[in-house]
Amino acid sequence: MSAVVLQELTPFYGARQAVKPVNMTLASNQITAIIGPSGCGKSTVLRCLNRMHETIPGAYATGTVMLGAQNIYAPDIDPTMIRIKVGMVFQQPVALRTRNVYENVAVGLRLQGLSNRAELDAAVERALRSAVLWDEVKDVLDKPGTALSGGQQQRLSIARALAIEPEVLLLDEPASALDPIATASIEELLMTLKSRLTIVIVTHSMQQAARISDETAVFMVDVGAGQSIGELVEKGDTTQVFTQPNDPRTESYISGRVG
Amino acid sequence: MAVRISIRTADYDVEGQMAQQSTPPQWSTGKSPLRHGDVPFRAGTVALASAVVLLVFAVAWMLYTSSQEARTAFGWDLLFGSTWNPVETELNPVSFGGWPAVRGTLLSALIALIIAAPLAVAIGIYLAELCPPVLRTPLSFLVELLAAVPSVIYGVWGVFVFVPFFSSAVAEPLSATVGAIVPWFAGPIATGRGLIVTGIILALMILPTIASLTRDVLRLVPNTQREAMLAIGATRWETIWLAVIPYSRAGIIGAIMLGLGRALGETMAATMLVGNTQRISESLFAPATTAASLVANELTNSVSSLHESALISVAFALFGITLFLNFGARLLIWFVERNTRGGRS
Amino acid sequence: MRTFNYRRRKLVDQLMRGLSALATGCAVIPLIAIIGYVLTIGSGAMSWSFFTDVYQPPSNAPEATADAPAVAYDPNDPFANLTVEPEAGTTGSTEDVTNVYNASPRGGVLHGILGTLTIAGIGLLFALPIGIFAGIYLSEFRNERFATIVRFCCDVLSGSPSIVAGVTIYVLVVLQTQQFSAVAGSMALAILMIPIVTRTTEEMLKLVPETMREAARGLGAPTWYSTFTVVLPAALPGIVTGVMLAFARGAGETAPLILTVLGSNIISTDIFKPMAALPLLTYRYTESPYPGENTQAWGAAFVLMMLVLLMNILVRVATRKSGGNSR
Repeated sequence: MSAVVLQELTPFYGARQAVKPVNMTLASNQITAIIGPSGCGKSTVLRCLNRMHETIPGAYATGTVMLGAQNIYAPDIDPTMIRIKVGMVFQQPVALRTRNVYENVAVGLRLQGLSNRAELDAAVERALRSAVLWDEVKDVLDKPGTALSGGQQQRLSIARALAIEPEVLLLDEPASALDPIATASIEELLMTLKSRLTIVIVTHSMQQAARISDETAVFMVDVGAGQSIGELVEKGDTTQVFTQPNDPRTESYISGRVG
Repeated sequence: MAVRISIRTADYDVEGQMAQQSTPPQWSTGKSPLRHGDVPFRAGTVALASAVVLLVFAVAWMLYTSSQEARTAFGWDLLFGSTWNPVETELNPVSFGGWPAVRGTLLSALIALIIAAPLAVAIGIYLAELCPPVLRTPLSFLVELLAAVPSVIYGVWGVFVFVPFFSSAVAEPLSATVGAIVPWFAGPIATGRGLIVTGIILALMILPTIASLTRDVLRLVPNTQREAMLAIGATRWETIWLAVIPYSRAGIIGAIMLGLGRALGETMAATMLVGNTQRISESLFAPATTAASLVANELTNSVSSLHESALISVAFALFGITLFLNFGARLLIWFVERNTRGGRS
Repeated sequence: MRTFNYRRRKLVDQLMRGLSALATGCAVIPLIAIIGYVLTIGSGAMSWSFFTDVYQPPSNAPEATADAPAVAYDPNDPFANLTVEPEAGTTGSTEDVTNVYNASPRGGVLHGILGTLTIAGIGLLFALPIGIFAGIYLSEFRNERFATIVRFCCDVLSGSPSIVAGVTIYVLVVLQTQQFSAVAGSMALAILMIPIVTRTTEEMLKLVPETMREAARGLGAPTWYSTFTVVLPAALPGIVTGVMLAFARGAGETAPLILTVLGSNIISTDIFKPMAALPLLTYRYTESPYPGENTQAWGAAFVLMMLVLLMNILVRVATRKSGGNSR
């Protein structure tokens, strides 16, 4: 597993710079939480890590992101290759509508040309077991993915991302659309996954960050010079960030004085 | 009643909140004479809305009754009989067999559909998914504009520009070579008007319709579906082909059906380009006729009430088939829209 | 385990994206060509008399004017002036016919322009009350079962071929009155306009935020009062665009007019008599054997195209101003 190193990463939306240049290292086999008020660019930075950011018309990023020894923003790199190595789960659970549960997980492998049924079966089961969903869906693999509950669909999304065996898993507020029980099951799942993966999770819930992450990065909005811009203000050990923050802005944020 | 409500769009802000009302609420609930206005208001709107329903029934009833004479006399021969002869001559008795028109309608619409459907769906995909943002607005506007161009203009262009070009560049060489073996492309090319030019012009006419509807149904696909595909390393095309199109399949078929409906019922372009002859000839280059152009050409000159009734029967069939197509298409599009609104993803 | 097919996938991606761009290009070219031809050839037919004069038969004789027509005709006979009479001083020989054949375009389409504005305008008068009130009904009582029926009937009307509207009015009006007339044409056009006006009114009213209705209701205003003073004014710009599009659609229709207004070669003010219309002139001049009249077909098409372009651009500008949220 490789660490992810951000060097002067600067996302833009058209002419507008969304975040001040970001420098940080996301350690492997750890869960890094990114927290901050809305509009601070935390999701934008996350989406830069597998080059999903640039799928928004007009959006692009400068700087480098090192995945192991590879700069994913090098000019000869194809974004689709990066997305195979860096999986992503979104805020809204996504079941691909026209596919059943099985195909929802197998789709990534099929894209890569895997068509051997036995291998696919094994990979799908492995992914679903990793996502702690196998026992619930093993009898309904041929039912539409959309028939599952919200929490199940989110774990299905995770299974789909895991099926292609990425090195890094990015999660963009994965539990914000879910009820507390589903949230708990997702958190539990992430704790078991970190032995295999580098996990980066964006969350608006400080409690969630404190519960599951090893390290925490705090982003804030800098409202100056006429426009607001996101900024990384602090990154460190989660316990330290929440108990003895170095930056006064972090302290006021976690104690609820701002945002 | 001195109380006035002043709410305009300006009082309404982006967040969907009502701005502060300066006028205190003073409607006397229940007792205001104005309240009684709601009954006539509803009655009035219902009455005029009923006019729309009535109109449809009037059209259907008129077509049904006025076509009765011919329908009882000829039955299904009106659609499938091969001779259309309104005037009795020594050699030919009066006969109203609409097959030349029905055949011409079906063939020209089929040609139009074969050309237009794949192209239009590709345009819809390009507009909705691939087009650079700078081009999207002007291209979409152009497509909508073209859907609004009157059919008679397509006819003028077809007669003066396309037919001469097509005859010399395609029809003549093709009939001289392939035409000797394949009767579909046999010569001679006389006026150049016929089913194939009609079909091609019809294709141009229904292209914008299908393309803009396809774009609309593709836009209904939630972005989460695209992102989920992209995030597992799918290319743009794989995202479109494996997630976006399957999601909106029913809507695309609906769009094509609406295009087909327009091609079947189109009158002017067909009248000007098809050549208007009741003779059936196997060659697609030879003049033919379509149901709509038959009605447009003969109804005001009908020689007998039976002739008139036969023409109205043809219009009745046309109405029936477009009604069926529209109903099916709306059902499919409605189905897609309902699916999009419901569900979670 | 991963069979790597990266190259092939990339190729397919680029190929298919290229193909859809190519398809768009291929389809847009002839469509732009149509507009281009009409604008260039059509503008060539433009002259002062094209807009100020009425029909003149092809002739090499000095140009006649509307006040002093070349041939005396009965103003109530729509077919008057249609046949080519040998000009005074000619013998009607083959040579003269050839001369007439080669005559340059004369006369204009003023009668067509006025006729189209009259016929489509009256059509709009028929269509507006039905369309707008039906639209209000569909929007404000949208959940009633009858609304579904009305909506379906609208779709039937907008989907059925325009010739059907022509046949309907031909049988119900023209045959009953034994008279082709402008007003019959207006009725046929109204059948085509009603669904457009209805559905745009409905869509535009639905765009008015529910909070505005609730606010009015909260003040105790009855539905009819809030509809006319709050909802309708807010949606007015959108409704106006729908009406303009309906007018443009009606003005361009030809088939129903063939069966109802017949056409005419003179300026007619009697709406109960046949009347000229631009699309009809376009059609008849296209079918004409005289090259001069063919040129005028392009001219008439040009004027029609301008009308459609103008309406659509106006609609575009209007909807952009009001936030561009009208789909």
